[in-house]
Amino acid sequence: MAEKNFQHPGPFVVKDCVLVSVSTGEKAYTLAELAEKLKHIEPACIYHHFWARHLRPSFDHPEFHNDFAAWVHQDLRDRILAERLNLITPHEYSSIEDLREALILHLQERIFEDEHLGWRKAENPFYFVKSQLIIFDTGIRLTWPQEIAEILEILSPGSVFYHFIDARRRHPQGLDDFREWLRKFPPEFRPLYDLISRIDPFFLSLYEIKDFLIRHIQIFCARLHAVRKQYERESGRAS
Amino acid sequence: MSEKAEELLERYAQVAGSEIIHQMQALAGRLRGAHIVHVNSTAYGGGVAEILHSMVPLMQALGLEVSWEVIEGPPEFFEVTKSFHHALQGHRVSLTEEHFQIYEENNRREAERLEKKLREADFVIIHDPQPAYLIKYVSQRKGYWIWRCHIDLSRPFYPVWRFLEKVVVSYQASIFSIPEFSQPLPHPQFVIPPSIDPFSEKNRELSPEEIFEVYRELGLDASQPMVVQISRFDPFKDPLGVIRAAELAQKFVSFQMVLAGGGAADDPEGDRVYQEVVQAARGKPNIYVFKLPPTAHRTVNALQRAADLVIQKSLREGFGLTVTEAMWKGKPVIGGATGGIRVQVVNHHTGFLVNTPEGAALRIRYLLFYESKRREMGHKAREFVRQNFLITRHVRDYLALMLSVCMGSPDRLELEAGEACAWPFGGLGAPLL
Repeated sequence: MAEKNFQHPGPFVVKDCVLVSVSTGEKAYTLAELAEKLKHIEPACIYHHFWARHLRPSFDHPEFHNDFAAWVHQDLRDRILAERLNLITPHEYSSIEDLREALILHLQERIFEDEHLGWRKAENPFYFVKSQLIIFDTGIRLTWPQEIAEILEILSPGSVFYHFIDARRRHPQGLDDFREWLRKFPPEFRPLYDLISRIDPFFLSLYEIKDFLIRHIQIFCARLHAVRKQYERESGRAS
Repeated sequence: MSEKAEELLERYAQVAGSEIIHQMQALAGRLRGAHIVHVNSTAYGGGVAEILHSMVPLMQALGLEVSWEVIEGPPEFFEVTKSFHHALQGHRVSLTEEHFQIYEENNRREAERLEKKLREADFVIIHDPQPAYLIKYVSQRKGYWIWRCHIDLSRPFYPVWRFLEKVVVSYQASIFSIPEFSQPLPHPQFVIPPSIDPFSEKNRELSPEEIFEVYRELGLDASQPMVVQISRFDPFKDPLGVIRAAELAQKFVSFQMVLAGGGAADDPEGDRVYQEVVQAARGKPNIYVFKLPPTAHRTVNALQRAADLVIQKSLREGFGLTVTEAMWKGKPVIGGATGGIRVQVVNHHTGFLVNTPEGAALRIRYLLFYESKRREMGHKAREFVRQNFLITRHVRDYLALMLSVCMGSPDRLELEAGEACAWPFGGLGAPLL
């Protein structure tokens, strides 16, 4: 075991957040108008329409994973563009600006394919809303990765959102806070890191992310415990 | 924290989860010492009064200094504000200069009466248009003034909105139930849906005997299926459309259609609409119309619980708390596809959205036919409310908003731990306005 030279990375600071939605008063009735407004709209708006659905009233498995795709399907009634927009995975982009560019490119491509579509009036306009995130310290500190599962049981969806989704925007490599912390631990924690990497937050609700993390961390800890016991037994026999 | 406050928070934690209580406490800790005043126009009847009856004690239990003031006025003032209400929801109304004067004069008088409290408060939350002009007549305001609009302002009748807008721009922020209702204003417009209180008389659990009692009290038949619409007698709630839908559905399936609602002190038009509805239901044996007193919360609760399904076929709707109430009681809802109903009724999940009496009739037949669908949708509806529309979430959002407003509404606000950042943030209160 590689724990001899291990320097503890420090505690994991558990935070929580509340998302407040703020209407910008901006709206778009057509695809051309949407593309134009997207060029100038605040980054917090783009963030909101991709991620805020996790923290606002909606169903666990909506058909559309961002508000742009949902609007194009329901109000503009263009299935082709809706499918394309639905595939945009925001955490694949290194910044909101890159995401904005990709979004506008999809809209412009579609307008180019069907020039009438650019001016077709939607049944209901697209309302631009932005997010304000209020973040606070819960006072909870974790020392070892095994504690993550325990604490997750009592964490709010806001905490899960902050550490698992919002974190991807904060870390240059797009990691969540759990993996960012875990990577500083010895290699025996690598399988846990890999397990968490497999969670695709795009398709899961915050409650499902929480359940997934709890279940997999518990399984990992049980395995780790068994391996350690065996190591201790074998070390005992050898000595 | 007092024992009573602790008990109250514990009760809410059992229903809404302890996580949200911790969030409320964390946010309220930063606002401790601030004085918050809510102002509206009626103490009983209507969604706003119901919310405030629950919100004020809950905020107080979190250690905040909160009070609630109700503006008074003569009947002609409420006649004018009722017209304002219709106009702001898109109806063309005929108002003269004199009407605007009645409104403004009453606000001036009430501002004089409440001046000291409002001037000294750190946060003043003005609910709806009735008291909106108070801001004009309270000078040297110490705190932040927030206008909370509970109605559908998506397509207001312009002359009335123009009159109101003159003072709404003076507020530091406004709150709307959904983004569609916001208007071009020079301050942050927060989007906060309203909520229900699971422990209020209207929503608390009832015993089977209490539910059964409503059949006896109102002369209904417990052996027949029942569809209920609970709402004020207001043309926007389309009671005549509901009667039409019931008639169409009753050709295929037998059930009792109950339209029941109360009045409110600030709703002088209710009687006239009620008479129209009674007239329309006359001679139709399975359609019942009940005018309930504004305090008949338990009767409403029992009716919603006794119903097989609930309808809210509004043509315009601010949010539709009766929808939330029915969903909390595990009932699928057939709702008019308008305003906040669209946020709550998720088609094929928690109920159905409809646009016409014909649409409503078809969904009534469908849901009365499929009992398993009713149960499944009802279960989803209750969970949806638990996660999104309880008073705890509502209070938490208000606290977050207050912190955001006094920090200049940044996109991200990271609150430091500890007492150092308690109100008024090291002396940084609101400027005198």
